[in-house]
Amino acid sequence: MYRYDKFDQAIVDTRVEEFRDQVRRRIAGEMTDDQFKPLRLKNGLYLQLHAYMLRVAIPYGTINAKQLRVLAHIARKYDRGYGHFTTRQNMQFNWIRLEDAPDALADLAKVEMHAIQTSGESIRNISADQFAGAAADEVCDPRPWAELIRQFTTFHPEFSYLPRKFKIGLTASDNDRAAIKLHDVGLQVLRDEAGNFGFRVFVGGGMGRTPFVAHLIRDFLPATSICSYLEAILRVWNRHGRRDNIHKQRIKILVHDLGAEEFARQVEEEWQAIQRQDDDMPLKEYERIAAYFTPPPFEEGLSDELDLSDPRFAAWVARNVDAHKQPGYAIATISLKPIGGIPGDVTAEQIDLLADLAEQYSFDDLRPTHAQNVTLPHVRKADLYALWQKLDAAGLGTANLDLISDIIACPGLDYCSLANTRSIPLAQKLAERFADPARQLDIGELKLKISGCINACGHHHAGHIGVLGVDRKGTENFQLLLGGSGAEDASLGKIVGPGFTEDGVVDAVERAVEKYRAIRTDGERFLDTYRRVGVEPFKEAIYG
Amino acid sequence: MKLLTGNHLVNGYVIWWTGEGWSRHVEQATDVGDKGEQIAQVEAAACRVNNPYIVDAEPGPTGPVPNHIKERIRAIGPTVRPDLALKPADASAGSYVI
Repeated sequence: MYRYDKFDQAIVDTRVEEFRDQVRRRIAGEMTDDQFKPLRLKNGLYLQLHAYMLRVAIPYGTINAKQLRVLAHIARKYDRGYGHFTTRQNMQFNWIRLEDAPDALADLAKVEMHAIQTSGESIRNISADQFAGAAADEVCDPRPWAELIRQFTTFHPEFSYLPRKFKIGLTASDNDRAAIKLHDVGLQVLRDEAGNFGFRVFVGGGMGRTPFVAHLIRDFLPATSICSYLEAILRVWNRHGRRDNIHKQRIKILVHDLGAEEFARQVEEEWQAIQRQDDDMPLKEYERIAAYFTPPPFEEGLSDELDLSDPRFAAWVARNVDAHKQPGYAIATISLKPIGGIPGDVTAEQIDLLADLAEQYSFDDLRPTHAQNVTLPHVRKADLYALWQKLDAAGLGTANLDLISDIIACPGLDYCSLANTRSIPLAQKLAERFADPARQLDIGELKLKISGCINACGHHHAGHIGVLGVDRKGTENFQLLLGGSGAEDASLGKIVGPGFTEDGVVDAVERAVEKYRAIRTDGERFLDTYRRVGVEPFKEAIYG
Repeated sequence: MKLLTGNHLVNGYVIWWTGEGWSRHVEQATDVGDKGEQIAQVEAAACRVNNPYIVDAEPGPTGPVPNHIKERIRAIGPTVRPDLALKPADASAGSYVI
């Protein structure tokens, strides 16, 4: 993984001390809340429902054991013994005291971590495929590009006063595990026939109040032009993006208003102007960064055979293990969705265990996923059984990946000051309703996603089944959406009809699922059946 | 009735105006009537509260109960972690929120 050089470390250390002084001045009454708020947000510190919340960046979802142990330490020392993996591969702590925040950030800085650009109108942490560097289906490891873009965009003066936040998703596979088409910019690394790297560029995707699937504006951008091309995109947005209405400031609104074709034309024009200044990144800079991401020292000649005589282990392998590019190795994803648990929450002890397992079994490498699980990218197949036994003993051996109980849920009204409804209790009820493993397997792949408000941190628009919480005169109400996808076949779910109470929406989901089971054809997932028959049969089943 | 609430500057905890100061316990909150804005201004300027605002409430058996579910959750803590709630052993917590 990338290691800080002296400049990176100096930047982060200086930022911690700057923030320490800002906190001191705020507590001493030398700054008002209005003055202090943008400063704390620039350092990832939110004020949520019950306390301050610190969002720590995990760049493109790659973290090592040493860093995990510091997260566990922060959970113990400054929080209440746990952390929460977010839907953008970061970690949040819910109970940070303002006076402790600089110390927590200083501890993070010692292991090359920070919370910069995890909030505010900035270019946020880049999301990436959690299988990067391991996937059998990728053209290359996309993380060097993510790191290069991270370095290019961090503290870039031209991006310091953006109309709104800006999110980039990155993959190097046709199988999109990073939901790139639901980002402001989605990038897919490709290789042409000559073996040259390039990017397929999508712009204007996003969820929230006004959801859009991103538009393709460049089918093959030479890879070394990625920084200048991103700069051109951001310049067009900076120039024309609305700043008068917070609900219309994201780039997706501009792309929609201008039309993707006109937006692309303006980007090309701007990009040509930048190129004339010979402002592209030199290839050697990519090569410098890529050297940090050389593959781990895989053993050669390992067997691909697995002893699946333990049925519970076999079930876990079938759901949670994926193909690795290296023979004898596998990608193991650890579900953080035990039945009745809180999606994405991990105790300090579990974080320490994840660190130990990453070191012991995966070349010191762990990847949070946007679905609030974690992946060990490089596990010897011969070690899978021992790994699973340890996970199972710690309550982390649930075999439910991409099944109906593998629910994405935002923190909702239990923690979030923007939420209308709680999301977690609903996720727990739904997981319990479908707890039977045989029933889940029979239902097959079904991505259920819950957001407690229109901001869509729970990705409800992208759920095969999505649930959106709304405030109905001070009480919780839940709208049901069907037909969304965050994958390569991205689509936005549509609201089926009138909303429900919490218990009512659990019943409604069950009726939709049972309708699917009744009308599906061989091999059809829930989403396939929905796309084949449309909403009406489901509507009839749900509302009678 | 009207309650004045906000978050503690240093620890961020939810606090309620009691008439004499701030308390973490909503049952100690007082009806601020039409004085909420004025108190909020003074208290925020003195850095004794963060982001103060006024909420509607009704009298309850043990003190004021905020009308909106959001404020009731603020008053009690996350419903999914009763161990972290303000009164962890309170068996009536669930019915208080809903």
